[in-house]
Amino acid sequence: MNKNKKWMATPYFIWSIAFIIIPLCMVFYYGLTDKTGAFTLENIIAITTEEHWKALWLSLLLSTISTLLCILLAYPLAMILCNASINQDGFLVLIFILPMWMNFLLRTLAWQTLLEKTGVINSILSALHLPSLNIINTPYAIILGMVYNFLPFMVLPIYNSLSKIDRNVVNAARDLGANNVQTFTKVILPLSLPGVISGITMVFVPALTTFVISNLLGGSKILLIGNVIEQEFTQTNNWNLGSGLSIILMIFIIISIVISTITDKDGEGNSL
Amino acid sequence: MSHKLIDLVNLSKSYGSNVVLDEMNLYIRENEFLTLLGPSGCGKTTTLRIIGGFETPDKGQVIFDNQDITKLPPNKRQLNTVFQKYALFTHMTIAENIAFGLKIKNKSKAYIDDKIKYALKLVNLDGFGSRIPDSLSGGQQQRIAIARAIVNEPKVLLLDEPLGALDLKLRQDMQYELIRLKNELGITFIYVTHDQEEALTMSDTIVVMNQGYIQQIGSPEDIYNEPENAFVADFIGDSNIISSTMVHDELVEILGTKFTCVDKGFGTNRPVDVVIRPEDVELVAPANGTIQGTVTHIIFKGVHYEMEVMANGFEWLVHSTKLHAVGEHVGIQVDPFNIQIMNKPASEDEEAVSVDE
Repeated sequence: MNKNKKWMATPYFIWSIAFIIIPLCMVFYYGLTDKTGAFTLENIIAITTEEHWKALWLSLLLSTISTLLCILLAYPLAMILCNASINQDGFLVLIFILPMWMNFLLRTLAWQTLLEKTGVINSILSALHLPSLNIINTPYAIILGMVYNFLPFMVLPIYNSLSKIDRNVVNAARDLGANNVQTFTKVILPLSLPGVISGITMVFVPALTTFVISNLLGGSKILLIGNVIEQEFTQTNNWNLGSGLSIILMIFIIISIVISTITDKDGEGNSL
Repeated sequence: MSHKLIDLVNLSKSYGSNVVLDEMNLYIRENEFLTLLGPSGCGKTTTLRIIGGFETPDKGQVIFDNQDITKLPPNKRQLNTVFQKYALFTHMTIAENIAFGLKIKNKSKAYIDDKIKYALKLVNLDGFGSRIPDSLSGGQQQRIAIARAIVNEPKVLLLDEPLGALDLKLRQDMQYELIRLKNELGITFIYVTHDQEEALTMSDTIVVMNQGYIQQIGSPEDIYNEPENAFVADFIGDSNIISSTMVHDELVEILGTKFTCVDKGFGTNRPVDVVIRPEDVELVAPANGTIQGTVTHIIFKGVHYEMEVMANGFEWLVHSTKLHAVGEHVGIQVDPFNIQIMNKPASEDEEAVSVDE
């Protein structure tokens, strides 16, 4: 870069120090010390207590299931959106992105109202003399919330990589004798993988760390690792333990990002 | 003559109100190098895509080897396409690209390996098998696209402006390469281009198209020397197209001066279009010319000078290796057999009238 223009990066430099580097250092400081400020690994090792590793395990399980469901829902949807005759002027894409612009908390609260024992869905079901749906405060409601909230983050990167595939590459596969299924498995799917991988990161990481969805749709019974950390900061006021568990969570996030970077060599799907 | 391999019968295709093909009839013989030539939007690519199976015509039939294949999907057709901009599979190596069609057909590994080797040798890219498409130049990728198509031993190879993205030198080399390939393989080539030079160099038969209609079908020599209408004359090479009057057989009045020609059967005192190629206009001493004029512009083109001569109110385009200075008074002479007479279109619409064989 031109030397004279380097100063233009200064605001971003200050920003990243103030809001990324310093907070991270504080997390590590609190995580690796006890209340008196002495060095300890206790907060990290605390993950091995049953309550904590169960929460982490449940978080990993639910976010993995949600990510898989997102792929299964998003891939066909992205293919439909790529069909120019259905998605004229990108209008359909707009409809699917629209919820992303509304407050995440609000949308989750809406699901709470819908799913409650005496909520909207159950009122309709009982009016129709159908058995009621009791999934609020269960892991199923949390998965529903995760899939609903994070689906657009899976649809967009897949849509992006699918729409970049040259129409003639697909035609070439057909021309060389491949039927529809072979064209999909041998050409379309491999070429859209970067988008899928990018989508996995964008769904898995926020799902793994969420505490709002589990708070609102899981009641207080189901604790994810995000809830445990939140409680350490806001209720127990044990910042050291909260930070220690955050470091553990960060390790899992970094692992998932490294895996996706290795798999996505071209960096194509990271355009979002 | 060898038999008709592909027969296009009354093909019509429109997108909304835009008519791309209108009642088109054309046949392609076995082992022919046929070029569909025309400006963009003339329907040439649509015709190729219909033959390849990527578009369905609104009306009409595609007959291949006496069988109606109009509704057959592309993977069931015995022909392969070389696409514009190559359309290689970027997630596979060159060898995997070439093997794609053969693997689909469940050929043995030994057979596939043999074919890859043969195809790479044929397109002069020996040893490129393990490379990936993005590491190859445009010309090399184009050859791989050809190799990928021909290993399937198609009866017909469809080529959609395959040289469009290459630079001039490479394009000329590839033209010779394609002619060589066609002769070695002995299969039918259907080639789409808007480049008249490409068409003249390679084709056995040229089909000139405009606005969804066939304007003329013929050998490169026919198309160049005896264009049937002003569109063909104008599209193929440079030409002087002059509105004239056919006085009677073998005599035409051009710009008020009578010229002897060799055409007959146009009637007497009929308005016609005359086309004279710039290299057929001879510049002589003023006294020896049929008409006289003044040189107004000169451009050096390498092989020849391109000159414009103002005579009888018309700017004559002249190609000559002999230089005449700007302002020089010259005489213009044209040999009778170099004057090509064409019927005038009766109306705008008829300018694109279909010429059925």
